[in-house]
Amino acid sequence: MSIEFIYPEFEVIRNENKCISCRICEQQCANEAHSYDEKHKIMMCDDSKCVNCQRCVSFCPKRALKIVKSDCTLRENANWSNETIKEIYKQANSGGVLLSSMGNPKPFPVYWDKILINASQVTNPSIDPLREPMETRVYLGKKPSKVQRTKDGALDCKLPPQLELSMPVMFSAMSYGSISYNAHKSLALAATELGILYNTGEGGLHEDFYCYGENTVVQVASGRFGVHADYLKAGAAIEIKIGQGAKPGIGGHLPGAKIVGDISRTRMIPEGSDAISPAPHHDIYSIEDLRQLVFSLKEATEYKKPVIVKVAAVHNIAAIASGIARSGADIIAIDGFRGGTGAAPTRIRDHVGIPIELALAAVDQRLRNEGIRNHVSLVVGGSIRSAADVVKAIALGADACYVATAALLALGCHLCRTCQSGKCNWGIATQRPELVKRLNPAMGSERLINLMTAWKHEIKEFMGGMGINSIEALRGNRLMLRGIGLTEKELEILHISHAGE
Amino acid sequence: MKIEGQVRIPSGCAISAVISKDGNKMSGETITNSMKPMHDRSNGLGGGFAGYGIYPEYKDFYAFHMFFDSRDTRKKCEAFLKERFEIVQSEIIPTRKIPAITDEPIIWRYFVAPLNSVLVSLQSEEKEFVAKTIIKINAEMSGAYVFSSGKNMGAFKAVGFPEDVGIFYKLEDYEGYTWTAHGRYPTNTPGWWGGAHPFTLLDYSVVHNGEISSYDANRRFIEMFGYKCTLQTDTEVITYIMDYLLRVQGLTLNESASVIAAPFWSTIAAKTDLDDQKKHTYLRTIFPSLLITGPFSIIFAFDGGLMALNDRLKLRSMVVGEKNDKVYIASEEAAIRTMEPNAENIWSPAGGEPVIVKVKEGAF
Amino acid sequence: MQTIDVADLDYKAINETLREAGSDFIIEGCCGQKFIAAGMSDKNVTINGIPGNALGAYLNNANITVNANAQDAVGDTMNEGKILIHGNIGDAAGYAMRGGKIYVQGNAGYRAGIHMKAYEEKIPVMIIGGCAGSFLGEYQAGGVIIVLGLHKDNKRIVGNFPCTGMHGGKIFLRGNCENIHFPKQVTARCASEGELDEIREYLSEYCSDFCYSVDELLSEPFTVITPDSKNPYKQMYVAN
Repeated sequence: MSIEFIYPEFEVIRNENKCISCRICEQQCANEAHSYDEKHKIMMCDDSKCVNCQRCVSFCPKRALKIVKSDCTLRENANWSNETIKEIYKQANSGGVLLSSMGNPKPFPVYWDKILINASQVTNPSIDPLREPMETRVYLGKKPSKVQRTKDGALDCKLPPQLELSMPVMFSAMSYGSISYNAHKSLALAATELGILYNTGEGGLHEDFYCYGENTVVQVASGRFGVHADYLKAGAAIEIKIGQGAKPGIGGHLPGAKIVGDISRTRMIPEGSDAISPAPHHDIYSIEDLRQLVFSLKEATEYKKPVIVKVAAVHNIAAIASGIARSGADIIAIDGFRGGTGAAPTRIRDHVGIPIELALAAVDQRLRNEGIRNHVSLVVGGSIRSAADVVKAIALGADACYVATAALLALGCHLCRTCQSGKCNWGIATQRPELVKRLNPAMGSERLINLMTAWKHEIKEFMGGMGINSIEALRGNRLMLRGIGLTEKELEILHISHAGE
Repeated sequence: MKIEGQVRIPSGCAISAVISKDGNKMSGETITNSMKPMHDRSNGLGGGFAGYGIYPEYKDFYAFHMFFDSRDTRKKCEAFLKERFEIVQSEIIPTRKIPAITDEPIIWRYFVAPLNSVLVSLQSEEKEFVAKTIIKINAEMSGAYVFSSGKNMGAFKAVGFPEDVGIFYKLEDYEGYTWTAHGRYPTNTPGWWGGAHPFTLLDYSVVHNGEISSYDANRRFIEMFGYKCTLQTDTEVITYIMDYLLRVQGLTLNESASVIAAPFWSTIAAKTDLDDQKKHTYLRTIFPSLLITGPFSIIFAFDGGLMALNDRLKLRSMVVGEKNDKVYIASEEAAIRTMEPNAENIWSPAGGEPVIVKVKEGAF
Repeated sequence: MQTIDVADLDYKAINETLREAGSDFIIEGCCGQKFIAAGMSDKNVTINGIPGNALGAYLNNANITVNANAQDAVGDTMNEGKILIHGNIGDAAGYAMRGGKIYVQGNAGYRAGIHMKAYEEKIPVMIIGGCAGSFLGEYQAGGVIIVLGLHKDNKRIVGNFPCTGMHGGKIFLRGNCENIHFPKQVTARCASEGELDEIREYLSEYCSDFCYSVDELLSEPFTVITPDSKNPYKQMYVAN
């Protein structure tokens, strides 16, 4: 080997006693880690190609395979970790910016795990959600600040456009291109069945999916791919993507190699051409410009669609959200620094942004201080991992949550974090037809529906335990939360008491 | 809730200005109207104006425009001023009650001159003394705020849309040779009148559109020289930087523009005029911490002139037009057309290219 | 033909009127109202006065003529149609436009044609009669931008940093452009006869719109700028 050699991160362990050389592992691995030695009639393996996606493990009929972390390490050093050293080797070899996928994996505090939820005992009754009515429906959108009456004194029931969700969860933006046709179809089918919404991301809306428009959020990002009047009118809402938690302040870049066939048609750009999303919207360099984009979209859709403005959680998020609330947006979506992505510069992903829990707490409080919380709905994501996270987010003040990584896991993702390679063995983050077809949309949507149905039951269990039978009564109800092991400052920002208080 | 100064509040904006090179006077009505077509660039949380040449009868006195939260504060502040200044006139600034402007503080103005005895005993230069006194009042006297302090000029500002603020202050009753205007779009504000713009320091006033990204690098540098950024706004730090470059360092307006909106190194390298190249290299090298990045368009007005400047990437819009002796500058051409439908030579200065307009010597 | 006096109307009211019956409109007394004709199809709108920002955003197939200057973000994300400006335009004209035409008699501000795209039969065309500001054709991914440099009074035909991040489409600048610095990933060369034939149709249309002579325009050489690669950033990353 040479100076460029880096020992593989994973080793494929094959139990030769169990292996029957059926070659299923070889067929399943798009990374070509497995091969068959015709001469010696045995299975071979190139560990350096393994990304630990667990596809072969899952499909081995004899359970003969496992993937383990390699124990070949450099000399231990608390300052220079193995990971850091290998990253330096990679950059010295290539001169490239390190590129990773999915959310920030670093051991920063997860505040969801340091917040506990309340339950009723004696002084008021808990409710049995299986037998008693329990409401999880929410409406997202601007609420008028004053009740209006018609000339005859009746209530004027006209409302700004609202999104109805059967439960306070939506699938967040993942573009067609970064994920596959079948993944998009699974999300669209599931959202329709569940009475929630999915989000096109910035890659346009495939013509086959216009029929799911009522359950679709169409996104307008800085690249404006596939954005035209019909697209804007196709969805239930329009989302302006300013930023994303995994890479705040950074644009996107779908390599030309992935701009093929339907992707090219849906994005309305030529095949093979890089799809570059600039870091900013070049018509938004200031807060009053955001107002301009919000209202240009409203004008183009005749004020029938709520406009969501999605931003990454960054230091000044409370002031930013306040500005957005005053810009005509109906809904603000905030994406925390653990949000997933198909590809982001490693350094940005791991070092830029702030946790969604703190951002949410600060924004909700600021909007209340200014008396404008009702002007907008708040949606948070990055990362919401379970029904418990949803309940905590709602109690901190969110109207709804965005989930994406959890949805991908439901579709088969094993979080190997190599989406950028385009060789997703689970048929999700790939455009190769033979891989895409591994994800059956009927089955995928069923798994998504299962997941969300289970979460909904769990949310109801939590609510019942607190004696709350409608999700509205949980929203912003921070008394239902207590911190555990948090500093004074953290409790102050979260605006919750410590357990025992 | 924290007010400006305790927390940094970014904001977007609209700006507008008119100046007569011949020193001809214009009423404040024109500039007020210029803000109407740019209504959507503000959000009703701040508007303001600065007029130059508006107090000819008191032109040798500093005109202090002040907000007070109560009569007691005013009495206390007046006592403080009397120890240091001769107050030749003290009056309420006339306003007009309109539904669009509410919760106004007590708004007062004083025409003052520093007491010679005080200056002598402090061995202080007059302007320096006045500036320091204002900074002291604003920092230490709770409930009192000086929002304008130059000679023969004045700022008028409030929480509201700028076109309403102009009506509120009866600007049609004032005649000035320069007017600047600002409509504010803060990302949050508790509705504090002092937080509206323009920001002023003696006869300097700045209106600004954009949110700069270099703020704290600039602030921490400029505070080495005795400035105190109490409001934490871009406008404030820009004003101090201009004061430092012009007054302390003795740079020209053009040179100052080359510091704060310096050309890219590649642009400097491509210059064919070698002296110019050397000058820019020198200025960038000596004042790296005063380079302002991120979007801004500013109008910096002073006694007898103004300078308009965009950031070097020109991330904000700014248009200039002319008609006879007048020069018009605004975020949008529509504002210029409102002031002068037949404005000529409409153009957009490039990023970092200052537009400097001076009133003819002795004309005001 | 319907004439609307918009002196006292806001943009919402103007667009509501445009959306209602009729297809041919003259707008009088315009002063800064934004979003005029946003997302509209099958309309012919003539504007007297200064239209506000985002004129003809998402324009779908309408014709707009402005008898004055226009402000920022003209034809933002435009899909089809034609915008004719008898004056100058502000910054970010034709941002992300995918189809249609923007013909400008005067100068353009910064970032004209930024992120312009093309797709199949949709080839957007922007012609600027005077000069263009800095960052002309930044991120350009398709379409044609032509700058004629008429009445430029010794000014450079474009500002700094033209074609930054360009990865598709073509830019034609009238003149030899020896004094202009282009980024590494594009090639600037003298336009061939064949290349000029590609744009002759657009120039003819432009000349008939603004009463110029095509032959006179074409009597000077043109510089054409094309990107070297559709994938300019391919080498920048290493998988981690």
